[in-house]
Formats: sequence, C-alpha cells, structure tokens
Amino acid sequence: MRTEWVSLAVGFSYLGILFLIAAWGDKRSIQGRSIINSPLVYALSIAVYCTAWTFYGSVGRAAETGLSFLLVYLGPTLAMLLGWFMIRKMIRISRAQKITSIADFISARYGKSTRLGVLVTLIAVIGVMPYIALQLKAITISHALLTGYPLEPTQALATKAFLFDKSFWVAIVLAVFIILFGTRHLDASERHEGMVAAIAFESIVKLLAFLAAGIFVVFWLYQGPMDLFEQAASRTDLVGTLGLDAVPGGAVGWVGTLILSTLAFITLPRQFQVLVIENVDERHVKRAGWIFPLYLFAINIMVIPIALAGLLMGDGSPDDYVLTLPLAAGLDALPLFVFIGGLSAATGMVIVETIALSTMVSNHLVMPVLLRWKWLHLDPALNLSGWLLGIRRVAILLILLLGYLYHALIGESYTLVTTGLVSFAAASQFAPALLLGLYWRGGNAKGTAAGLVGGFIVWGYTLLLPGFALSGWLDSSLINQGPWGIAWLKPYALFGLEGWDIYAHALFWSLLVNIGLLVGVSLFSRQSNLEQTQAALFTEALRPDVMQTPLWLGQTTKGELYQLANRYLGKVATLKIFTQLGSTESPSAADDTPASPTLIAHTEKALTGALGSASARVLINSVVRGEALDIEAVLSILDTTSQALEYNKRLEQKSTELAQIGEELRGANVRLRELDKLKDEFVAMVSHELRTPLTSIRAFAEILRDSPEVSPEQKSHFLDVIVKESERLSRLIEEILDLARLESGRMRLDLKPVNLSELAKDSADAITQLYDDRQVALKLLLPAEEAWVKADPDRLQQVVINLLDNASKFTSPEDARVVMTISSKTNRWLLAVEDNGTGIVTEERDKVFEKFHQIQQHKDASGSRPKGSGLGLPISRGIITHHQGLLYAEAGQVLKGARFVIELPTIQP
Amino acid sequence: MKGSPTRSRLVGLTLLALVLFLPPILLLFDRPGSLGLSILPVYVFSAWLVIILLAAWVLERKDEN
Repeated sequence: MRTEWVSLAVGFSYLGILFLIAAWGDKRSIQGRSIINSPLVYALSIAVYCTAWTFYGSVGRAAETGLSFLLVYLGPTLAMLLGWFMIRKMIRISRAQKITSIADFISARYGKSTRLGVLVTLIAVIGVMPYIALQLKAITISHALLTGYPLEPTQALATKAFLFDKSFWVAIVLAVFIILFGTRHLDASERHEGMVAAIAFESIVKLLAFLAAGIFVVFWLYQGPMDLFEQAASRTDLVGTLGLDAVPGGAVGWVGTLILSTLAFITLPRQFQVLVIENVDERHVKRAGWIFPLYLFAINIMVIPIALAGLLMGDGSPDDYVLTLPLAAGLDALPLFVFIGGLSAATGMVIVETIALSTMVSNHLVMPVLLRWKWLHLDPALNLSGWLLGIRRVAILLILLLGYLYHALIGESYTLVTTGLVSFAAASQFAPALLLGLYWRGGNAKGTAAGLVGGFIVWGYTLLLPGFALSGWLDSSLINQGPWGIAWLKPYALFGLEGWDIYAHALFWSLLVNIGLLVGVSLFSRQSNLEQTQAALFTEALRPDVMQTPLWLGQTTKGELYQLANRYLGKVATLKIFTQLGSTESPSAADDTPASPTLIAHTEKALTGALGSASARVLINSVVRGEALDIEAVLSILDTTSQALEYNKRLEQKSTELAQIGEELRGANVRLRELDKLKDEFVAMVSHELRTPLTSIRAFAEILRDSPEVSPEQKSHFLDVIVKESERLSRLIEEILDLARLESGRMRLDLKPVNLSELAKDSADAITQLYDDRQVALKLLLPAEEAWVKADPDRLQQVVINLLDNASKFTSPEDARVVMTISSKTNRWLLAVEDNGTGIVTEERDKVFEKFHQIQQHKDASGSRPKGSGLGLPISRGIITHHQGLLYAEAGQVLKGARFVIELPTIQP
Repeated sequence: MKGSPTRSRLVGLTLLALVLFLPPILLLFDRPGSLGLSILPVYVFSAWLVIILLAAWVLERKDEN
C-alpha cells in the first residue's frame, strides 16, 4: 500500500481538495457570502504558523534540546494576548491605507519610501529562504520514508542531478499549484479568501494527523502515558531530557527564544499576511486571542510523548520520529495520514509565504524599476494589470527555486528546527521598524533603513555565515578561531560574548544594532512632511476620526485618472472606483472635467492595493499637477485634532452642565409659579375669611344704629352675634399670625418636659363644655405610666384641643363619640384622636393639612358654611413639626372614623 | 479606547504569563518528580492552559465600556 504511486496519488488528491476548497471560498467571496468571516476560521488560518517545522521538527527538538521547542509557541501566545490592541491597530491601518504586505506597511509608515520597500523585501526573501527550503526538505524526506522505510532516507536523497532530485520536483509542483491557486484573480489587490479557507482546512488536517500519531504512540505502543514515562525514566540517559539543563543556553537561551518567537510571530511575512492583510473583521482578533493559543496547546501536547517514545526506540533521525514510529510498528494507513498531515503543514506555509513574498517582490522590487522606465508612461494603450499577475507568477516560481537551491546546497547541515530559527531571527529584524512605528512618531525612513541594514548584517554574520561554514562552504576556522584568527570576531561569540545559545546571541546583537541605529539616526535627522503625516496617521490609527481626510489638493482631469487606473488595474476595477463615488456617466479617457480630491485619493488607494504605496504615489504624482499633497494642512489638522478633541470634550461637558442647570432653573421656576399662585389663593381666602365675620358685624351694628325700634331681646341677640363674630375674627387673625410665624420660622417654643397623659387630661377638661354642648361622648384611654415628652405645653395643648374640636365636628350625628388614646412605639409617644364619623378617604389624608382645604371641599360639596377656618390643621402640623414630631391622619382603628395621630420623641423626665 | 478594562486586563495577563514562563519562577519547577524525570513540562503546560483559560474569560466577557 505504501508504494510510490499510492503516495503520489494521495498527495495529489490532497492538493486537489485544497484547490476545490479555495475555488469554493473564492466563489462564495464573490457572491458576498464569505466562508471565512468567522473568528474560528481566522484563528485556524493564523495556525499556518505551525509548519512542517512544528509537525516534524518539534519532536526532533524535544528529543535533542528538551522543552525549548515549547518557546516557539509560548511567544505567539504572548503576542496574541496583546493582539487585541496591537494587531487590531495594524489591521485598521492596513485597511485604511490598502496595505498589501509587511514591506508595504513599513514603507508606508516611513513616508511611502521606495527604498524601505526594497530593503524589507530583500531581507524577507533572503531570510525566509531557509524556511521554505526546510518545507521542501520535510516533504521530500517524509515521502522517501513513506515509500522506502526502513531504508535510510539520506540514502534515498543522496546527491543526484537535480532532474532526479525529488525536492526539485516538489518545488516545481508546488510552484505550479500556487500559481494556479493564488494568482487567479485579475484584480490583484483583493484579499485571497479562497486561500485562507484552504489554509484553515489544512490547519485542521495537520492537528488531527499529529494527534492521531500521538494517541497511537501513547495508547498503542505503550499502555498509556504513565507506562511511557516510567519506561523513559528507567533509562538513565533519558532522565535529563526534560529539564532546563537540556535547553541550549539555559535560562538565557530560554528567554532569548521566547522573545525571538514573539517577534517573529508578527513579523514573518506569511504571519503578517494572515494576521493583518487577510483579516476580514477586526473583531475576530478578540476570539482568536485565545482560540489560537489553544490550538498551539493542542498540537504540542503530544510532542513530548512522541519524542520519548522515539528516543526509547532509538532508531533514525529525531526529526522523523512522528513518521518512523508508526512505520516501525508496521502500520499502513496511519503513516499515510501522518504524511498528509506533514504535507498540509508544509504546503500551508509555502503557499502563504510565497504569495506574500511574490506580492512584495512584484510591488517593491519589480514595479519601482518598471515605473522608472519612461516608455511605459508614453504608451497609454499598454495594459499593465496583466503584467502584475505575470510578475507575481514568475516571482513565485523563482522563490521556490531559490528555496530548492538553498536546500540542495546547504540544507543538509542543519536540522529542521535550527533552520526555522535562522529565519525567525531574520524576520525579527522587522520588529523595531514595525512596533516602534506603531507607537513612536519620531522614527523616520533614514533611521529605519539604517536599523534594518545594520540588523540584517549582524544577522548574516552571526547566523547565516556560520551556517555556510558548518555546511563546508567556508572554512570552519571562521567559527572556531574567528576571521583571520581575530577571536573577538568569532560569529558565535561576538566581542567575547561566550556561553550564550547562538539564537539568543544573534538576536541580542542584531536587535541592539537595529534599534540603536533606528532610534539614533531618527533622533539626529529630519522627517519629511509626508513622513510626518504617515507617522501621525499610523500612531493615531485607533482614533476613529483620523483616516478620513482626503489628502489631494492638486489638479487633474477625470480622463487622466481613468487612463492611469485602467492601465494598472484593468477595466473592471477602474469602473468600480468611479462608480463607487456615485458618478452616473461612464468614465472615459476623453473626460476633461476636473477630478475631485476624493476621487484622486480613491484612485491612489486602489493603486496602492495593487502596486504598494510607494509606486502608487509615483504614479499619482505623474498625472496630478500643482502641489499634489497639501501635507502642511493635513499635519496641522492631525496635530490640532487632539486639541480639538479635548476642547470638544470639555465643551460637551459644559453644555451638559448648562442643560442640567437650565432644567433645574425651569423646575425652580415652575415651583415658584405654583407658590405664587398659592400665595394669591391664600390672600384671597384670608380676605374672604376676614370679610365674612366683618360683614355680619357691620350688618348687625348698622341695624342697631339705624333701627331704634328693635326689641331689647333682639338687641341683645344682635350684640351676642357681634361679640361672637369679633371673637371669631380675632381667633382668625391669631391663627394667621401663628401660621406666618410658623412659616417664617419665627415661632418661639418654650420647651420643657411635659407629661403627655396630664396634658391630654387637661385638654379634655378644657373642652368638656363644648362636648357637652354638642352632645359628643369623649373617652380617654391613657397608659398607666407617665408619658414624658419635651414640648411647649401651651402650644401642644392648642394642638390637642384643635384635634378634639375637629373630631367633635365630624362625628356621626347619632351616638357621637370621640376617643383619645396615648400609646408608645419604639422611643415615641403616640397621641391619637379618633371619631366615629365617615372618615377621610386615603388620597385626601394629606390634603387636609393644606391651608383652607376644608373650605374648598365644602364649597365643592354643598356650599354650606364651613365648620372652621381651615387653618387649624396646618398650624397644628407646623407646631408638631417644630417639636421634632409628626402629625398625620390615618384610618380609624377603634371607631372606624378619622384618626389623627401626634408622634413625639420620648424623653427621660 | 485608552483605559478600557479589557485592555488593562490583557496587559496584566501578559505580565502574569511572563512571570510564569520566565526564570526565576520557572527554576522552581525544574526538579525531578516521582519518576525521576523533571516536572518542568507538567508545570509549563499547566501554566499555559491557565493563561489561555484566563484569556478566554477576559476576551469573551462583555466590555463594560
């Protein structure tokens, strides 16, 4: 079953499935029903991070250097934790500026510099080459093992002419596949949705394959993990494999590799592609922030068991244990599945990496050169959009062939993991430019270029060159004695820094030089205006208002823009730009109406998407006349924006405060009006009340004056009435005065301890006559003990008498009864007066304490004379309130009529 | 955006991860277990899982802002 043909058929079928998934993804994307619009797919696409290096190399590294393999996955976990603001910021910038790659991003950040684009592209291509070589090597070796086991794989790979070398054919097949797969669009600026879907699928396949191999090892070859670990522990030579001592460079090596992998996770061209460029929705970063680390966790959980089992088997290269363990057990299907898993890991990496690199090569190496050739501008009939795809296809082929060359010439001298870390260190050189550029406005193109060149040279000297020496290309004395015997120039121990692991060593020196030059040169050189603008746009990217400013103020015609766009983007994309802005007439080259700044900005963005920002700027400059870009204006806008925002915020605060105050004023005004109305009513009432007795006094007095014939009985009756009405009048005036005193707070109380029971009895005595006259029965229910309160006895008696008086007026006409009770409630004495009348309805209970309430009620009801002035209860309540007590009405408890209660605080006599 | 609770929590979580994954805490666990093998892998994997679960908790809860 493991014949050459079977494995080839399975391998090609797998590629076919990938192709179908990609085609499906693209189709759905065109229909607007994206299949990759989910955080899960996003997280799985980021898992392109796990290459053949993870799949085969982790086990190899675990077998040789213990836990250090894990650092490569702990780093990305850290990066993803910070992703929610760091990666999201990059995504937002890239979307606003139509960034196509990490080279484009760095070039755009530092003033759309062509030079930086070239530099980053070159470093990326050279630095990533070993990594691609590694994937080719992994595919070739795994295939050789699958078909030739137990033949020694190096035997199968022995030096052959390249036409017979399988790696060469693997490279060619992959190149063709990627060309078919990744560059099918005519509009080269679109995202590759189909590719992302296929990559996510590959991530599932490789995870399942690796877990299958792990489960097979733990539960088939051994009786569970304990059995495996016990057997490993019984071997003295394996006891030390899992400790920190096995890690190269010990603690320093540990920290160095952790930093290295954190940085490389973001700066590797393919990671930047899937993390930033292919992201559909920045909200996906949030959930991917824990799903992706969980994926890494899952794919690593079986590494140590497989490594231990491989070491116990003790046969073959540690890099191949994943495959050789099931092969040695004589299985058929599992090795094939594992091979597919490794293939998916390798192809996923190669696909994304070459697409990212080819975009960079075409946009930043080839296009700038082409744009400088005048004849291209002179021939308007030439359509360049087709060229772009052509350039990319050639670039893909070349990159893979370079990868093959690297593999064929030096690949054998390194294990898989070592090769991968060399690439990591190269990619890390982008980190200062990228991350400082996100948060520090001061960095400029000169400094960044110096930093990149410096860091790259140090990387080449401390990692790449010694690699050549190890493979026999250079004399190994370079490593042992240093060049020309100069010991402090030894590549693995620069300036005498010995005892570090080579990656921590290279990372330290290269980043030191890189950051030092970037910051140092930036501080001592000037930024151009465009650099300042871009720096501001990048560092302030998370502020919502920043990206919308149209930058172009120069002049050109619509026709010229149309021609330009048409030449580089093709007809369909050009039409899209023009119709997006709501232009109804179809654009044509002959249109000589002036183009709006927005249209110019849109065209530049679209060109950026296809060609990179630096080239797009050159092109736009070629058709726009006048000062093309009013950077001064933009800069001042950006710089004042933060101030304006601050002012805005304060203004907003002030205006809410003002609105609040206005609201309060309005409320106060309403209350004042009410009070004013009440005052008018009160005056009207009082006048009315005063006039009534006065009128009758005057009337009777006039009768007495004008009619001498009145009988003496009548005369005395009239005089009685006059006296009574005068009394009523003076009582009324007294009450009004009381009320005025209460309301103005001028009432003076002569407070002293008073026995409430005593006071109640006195009041009852005082009113006996009245009750007898009205034929009302009064009953007192007083407590045995003395009820001491602090009060002004006269005023309090006035209140009690008033209550008793009122009660007697509202009793039931037959069998009129009133009860006065005193009871205690937590620290308070309650004096209640209750009648057996009809009572007061609940909603009226508080209104009876309003001034003249009673009068109003009676006027409404029958118009008959009121039984009182209507001031008694408000005055009573005022007095009790001045005693720190309460006066209220409630439902009767004993006689079921109205019940008025006075509550006063208890005191000790 | 500045000072949002999720942002501060994530920064805190990253610092916690750094403390857990780096010496000297790491050195505490580099000692032989009952079988004679170092228990460091058990520690690193457990700490890693804890960090991931905490991240899931922080990222999935609704931001109060």
